[in-house]
Order: sequence, then structure tokens, then C-alpha cells
Amino acid sequence: MFANPFTLKKLGILGMNKRNIHYIAAQNDRKYYPLVDNKLKTKVIAENAGISVPKLLATIKRQSQLRKLTDILDPYKKFVIKPAQGSAGKGIIVIVRREGDLFFKPNGQSLKLRDIHRDISNILSGLYSLGGKTDVAMVEQLVEFDPIFERYSYEGVPDIRVIIYKGYPAMAMLRCSTKESDGKANLHQGAVGVGIGMASGKALFAVQHDAPVTKHPDTGYDFSELQIPHWKEMLSLSASCYEVTHLGYLGVDIVLDKNLGPLILELNARPGLAIQIANRVGSLKRFDKIDEQLDKLDIADRVKFAINHFGAN
Amino acid sequence: MSSKVQVILVALSLTFIGLFIVWYKVSVLGIPFLPHEKSSVYKVGAEVSFEGKSKAVLVSMAIPEAQEGIQILSEDIASSGFGYAEAQTKNGKRAEWSKRRVIGSQILYYSLEVMIEPGERNPKPPIESMAQKSESLSDLPNTLINTAKTLLDDVRARSADTHSFTAQLIQEFNDKNPSQAAKILLTQGGKAKIDMLCRLLRYRHIRVRKIHGLYLVSERRNIALTPMLEVYDGKDWQLYDLNKGKVTRKKNFFIWKQGGDSLLDVTGAKKSNIRFSINERQVPVQYLLDKKELLDKAAILDFSLFSLPVSGQNAYMHILLVPFGALVVVLLRVLVGLRTSGTFMPILIALAFMETTLFAGLIMFIVIVGIGLVIRSYLSNLNLLLVARISAVMIVVILIMSFMSILSYKLGIKEVMTITFFPMIILAWTIERMSILWEEEGPKEVFIQGGGSLIVATFAYFVMSDPFVSHMAFNFPELLLVVLAGIILLGRYSGYRVSELIRFKSMVD
Repeated sequence: MFANPFTLKKLGILGMNKRNIHYIAAQNDRKYYPLVDNKLKTKVIAENAGISVPKLLATIKRQSQLRKLTDILDPYKKFVIKPAQGSAGKGIIVIVRREGDLFFKPNGQSLKLRDIHRDISNILSGLYSLGGKTDVAMVEQLVEFDPIFERYSYEGVPDIRVIIYKGYPAMAMLRCSTKESDGKANLHQGAVGVGIGMASGKALFAVQHDAPVTKHPDTGYDFSELQIPHWKEMLSLSASCYEVTHLGYLGVDIVLDKNLGPLILELNARPGLAIQIANRVGSLKRFDKIDEQLDKLDIADRVKFAINHFGAN
Repeated sequence: MSSKVQVILVALSLTFIGLFIVWYKVSVLGIPFLPHEKSSVYKVGAEVSFEGKSKAVLVSMAIPEAQEGIQILSEDIASSGFGYAEAQTKNGKRAEWSKRRVIGSQILYYSLEVMIEPGERNPKPPIESMAQKSESLSDLPNTLINTAKTLLDDVRARSADTHSFTAQLIQEFNDKNPSQAAKILLTQGGKAKIDMLCRLLRYRHIRVRKIHGLYLVSERRNIALTPMLEVYDGKDWQLYDLNKGKVTRKKNFFIWKQGGDSLLDVTGAKKSNIRFSINERQVPVQYLLDKKELLDKAAILDFSLFSLPVSGQNAYMHILLVPFGALVVVLLRVLVGLRTSGTFMPILIALAFMETTLFAGLIMFIVIVGIGLVIRSYLSNLNLLLVARISAVMIVVILIMSFMSILSYKLGIKEVMTITFFPMIILAWTIERMSILWEEEGPKEVFIQGGGSLIVATFAYFVMSDPFVSHMAFNFPELLLVVLAGIILLGRYSGYRVSELIRFKSMVD
């Protein structure tokens, strides 16, 4: 039932205490947290640095702006509204098409302008933000997900989590939503994590609830056939987030748009540990190798370094 | 110097200082390390409060005198800025505080350390001022005097001696359906029961005194003195409990004041009030004997918690245990990896358990949080803002608590009355957090964190209610430095948690 802690240490597995002391506290300066905790700030710095993100169409900062909501939404047929400081996908409204006065959600349910007005008003008053702080609503371009992942996902959209340590891509996994996770890509809610080979972009292993699986529990497709497209591009995209966030230990969440390619969806200053199980490799092995590398490299060389050193497994 | 080295140095020096003081107190001052060979010492405190009116104030309070059966070990007065003197009147000793100009609210402390002497209480020899004025009841209307006479004759007929006469008379006034005569005397006599009884007894030339005192029990705060009658039956003085009508020979009744003088006189101030508190402490017999000597010898003890007024000591008994609860929380979270809802919520719950007892506390907690979650899930439909929502949940918690108290009281389950010890604001936050958790992560996570919290609270309860731990915490508060060192060291523990040994098991296979 219990693993031998010395074996875990030998395997270089990162534990929660060590992550908190030696990686989050030591590598991530607290003053940069707002850059990743506030999606609006993340987007602004990412756009300025030329990093691809879903385009920001409009921001609504004050309740008074809601009077002009019709004008604000008028140019867009499809869009996403989300709270800048929301978490776990709360408060997100996705509109896929419009007909006359009606706005349609992906499941076909229709909303009136009045409904959207109320939802945004809730976002602004802090209903979805941590501790009820007043928030900002972002109107974002709708990501049109690449159908390549359809087989590996139940209801939700899979995203790719890359751990960036000191600017080097260290580990990656695909997070597939399941029936149990209620369409969300959160591993502790029952989503499946699939480890991705750093050189190949191919699936390595899959885990659900920290235990190995081979097939998607709902769709039944075998993960071994999975190959992530645009893999190198994703690696350099995620590595480039280091320069803009200054966070040494960073989780980058990427989605694949069928027209625009990989886009950065979110950044995380406290990425979790389950990625190790999905890759069957301890993070410390890779972090230590990155620590040995003392030269200052640019993004392309850092990606090359990751492919060369971490590609074998 | 790297932060790791600093952490170790700080922890080592804290441990060293803490253990050194403990060693000094044990080996040089002779305070016992282990709680054994003990006898109880009670610290009885009076707290006089009043509000100054920018005038000279004179406070006079009756204070206890040496009495057989109970030994007064020490006396302590805390009254900053007041002049203090003791006066001997014919009815006993009085403490007198004075000050020229007093503004604002003031508190004066007077406390005694007393010990119940082992062995039987010897009968008291009659005191000299036995003569007492004869009572004629002349201020009462004639009809009332006649009623009294009839009552007394009636009681006399039913009794054999002074002892049974007194007991019967008190019984007469305490009866659920007092006789017509007793009722009339109480309502029209214009005085309290104790005074009326005194007058009636004196009318029959029985020597009687009013006594006020306290039962020495383990812990009481904000109590008043218990009135008693002391009656001379020809040989001995006997104490009569005013509410039971029986002779009490309780060894633990400590007489604060005898005779008819007032307990407290305050001139030049308003809103004067007096409250008493009692607090029991186990100390070794040897330590008791040496205490006076010890205090002269060691300034260190003068800065110990024992030098605080009793009511403050009682509060500290609980406060000093909190760090041990915190240590349990840190251990279980950092080393074991239990998840709790709210970092220190389990300690507060454990403190509540200490009052409610563990089993009853667990059930009450689960019931309140359970009902709270149901109601909170409805509130979430109303889309309230956070502060309003928490306040609403808090009111619901209070309603549940009062409803449970009333219902269970009617059902005769007294334990539930202790429900008030649960910190309601913490409960409201717990419900709020769990409800958000339920919505975002599902019920499983709620049970993991809720169960984790209760497990941590239970462990903390066992540690904090352990008599050895509380002995150490109260007698050696410097041990908190050692606890602090331990927590600092745990704060740098970067090894695996027990939960991770399970979590990463699949990677080893």
C-alpha cells in the first residue's frame, strides 16, 4: 500500500512539501503572481510579447459599461465571456452563434441579452473571484477546437499542460475530460492525464485518479495512438512564457485552435504533481538536469535542450 | 547564511532556551516535572469594578479571615494607583482602596490561595461576641407579628431542639408551596429571605449569623457569593444552606464574610460591581510549603502565569493549549498529508470538543454542518454577494444551534446545551467553504476535507485534553518555545507525506 520513500527519492519524484519550499517559494516571486492569477493581465503581457492567445475582443470593467452591452457585442457572432480572476471554469459563458436577439450556447440553449447582462453583472460584483473581490469581465474570441482530440474527450475540451522550469519545458501532459470530471480538465476531479513524450509529442502513459489506464473510460479509444500536432510549436510557445512571467516554476495550459494552431489559455504558478504519474518519471530528475545547465539560452535552444535530454523518456 | 542554516539555528536556540528554563524550574526551584503527589490549591479571586466620577473614591470590601479547615496560603492585591490598607472591624477584616481622583472604569483584584486542610473539620469554639441584640419585630405591623408568632409556634411544635427548629423553619420558606404565613412574611416583610429568617430566629433568642462564602470547585468565573446561615445550637455553630435547609458540613465551603456588614462599599464612584472566580490547580505538597520562600528566592516565578488574577489564569489554561493543537495540525498536514477545510478550524473545533466531550461534539458538528450545507445550497441559488451570504449562513447556524438546544433540552439530553461552545463564525465559514467545494469539486472532496478536519480535530482534542500536556503547558509555559522550534523545523520539512507514499505507489510498481 505504501511506496518506500527512499525509492521515491531515487526516482526523483517531487513531493508536495518540496514543491512548496524549493520550487514555488524559491522560484516564483510573489510579486509576479497577479500576472498569472489575473487572466486579463496574462493576456495583455502575452499579446505584447507576441505570444499567441485567444484574442481579447473587449473588457467590461464597470457596471455602467453594461448599458452599451449591445454595442460591445454587436460585431461578434461567437465569443466567450469569462471572469478575469475566476477559477475552475466558473462563470464562463460560451456563445457559438446568434440569431436575431438570441444568443446560443454550445448545448443549443438560448440566452437573451438580458441574461448575459445579468451574468456579466455577477462577474463584475465578484461572484466567481477568489474572496469575492470585484472583477473584470473579458470578452474573448471563441477557440474552435481542433477535432483531432474529439475521440479522447467526453463533453469538454482537452488542454495540454506543460511544466516550464526556469524557462525549459520539463514535462507535458494532455488532460482529457471525462464523464466523471463533468467535462472539466481537472485531474483530481477524474479527468485523464496523458503523459506526452517531449521529443515525439506522442502519448506515453495515461492515468486517472493517480492510477494507470490505457483507454479513455467513456469513449473507449486507446491513448497509444495519440499524437499531438504542432508539438514543437507548443514547446516553444510555452517556453516563451518564462520571459513574460519571470516565474521559474510555471504550468502553461495550451489549447489547439483548428485555424490558429496552439494558443495559451492560462498560466499557473502552482502546478500540480500528477503530471509525474502520467509520465512515469520524477520531475526532480529533469529539474536537476536543468539546474546543471548554467548557460543562458534563448527559447529555441531551451526547447532543443528539452527534446535532447528529456526525449528518451 | 542560508535560510536552512538559520532555521536550524533558530530552532536549536529556542529549544535550548525553553529546556533550560524548564530545567532551572525543576532542579533549582523544585517545581515537579511530573504531575504527581498533588493536592489542590484554589485561587479565589474577587474582581471589583466601578466607574470613576472624577472624585475621590473609597472602596471597602469584606475579606476572609483565617478559618478552620481551610488554610489561606497567600494573598495577592492588584490595584494600580490605589492606596491599599487592611482594616479590622468588629465584624471582620476589610480591604480598603483609596484614590484621590478616579476617572473611567477601574478594576481592582483581590485574590487568595487557599487549601483545604486534610482531616475532619473540628467544631468551632463559640466566639466572644456572642451577645446579640434582641429582636422584637416591632417595625412590622401587628398582624404580621402575629403571623410570625403563629408560624414560629407551629414550627416549634414540630421540632425538638434548636437544630431541628432552624431546619424546619428554613424548610417552611423553601417549600414549593410555602405556608400562608411564610408567604405573607416574605412578601410583606420587605426583606430578603435570609434577613427575614435571621430576624425570626433572633426573635426566638437563637444566636444566628449571616455568612457569605464560596464552594471551592475546580473552575468558576463571574459568580456571586453563596449566602448561608450560621446558628449556635448551644454547643457548636452550625452552617445551614439557605436553599436546602440542612446543615452543611461541606469541607469545601470557604467563608468570605461573616456578620451583617456589607460585602462592598464604594463611595465616589458609580456602577460598582463585584464578581468572584475560582480556579483549581494541582500542586505538590512540598511546593506548597515552600511557596512563600520560593517567591522571595526566584524573580522568575513572579513573571509566571500564577501571578495573574484568577480569571486571567483560567483563560490562559485554554490559550496555552492552542499551540499544542497547532503542532498537531502541522504534523498531520505536513507529515501525513491530511487535508482540512480551513487551516486552524480543527483547533477551534477541538477546543469546543473539550467543553462538549468528544462524542457529543462530533455528532453536533456533523448535524450543524449537514443542515447548514442543505440551507446554503438553497442560498446559492439566490446569487448573493459573499459577505451577505456568509452572514446569512451564520444566522442559520445560530438558529440551528438554538433550535437544537431547545429541542434536546425538552428531550432531556443535557449535553447538547454545550453546543454554544462551538465557534459559530468558524462554523459558518466551514459551511461556506464546504459548499463551494461541493459545487466545484463534488461531494467526494467535501468528505475528504470534512473527514480530514474531524480527524485532525479529534487528535488535537486528545492532545489538548491530556492532563499531562495541560500540566506541562500551564506550569512550564516556556515549553511553547520548544513547540515553536518544532513547528519551525516542520515548516522546512521537504520530504514526502504519508499520503504521497500511497499516491505515487503506482510509479514504484
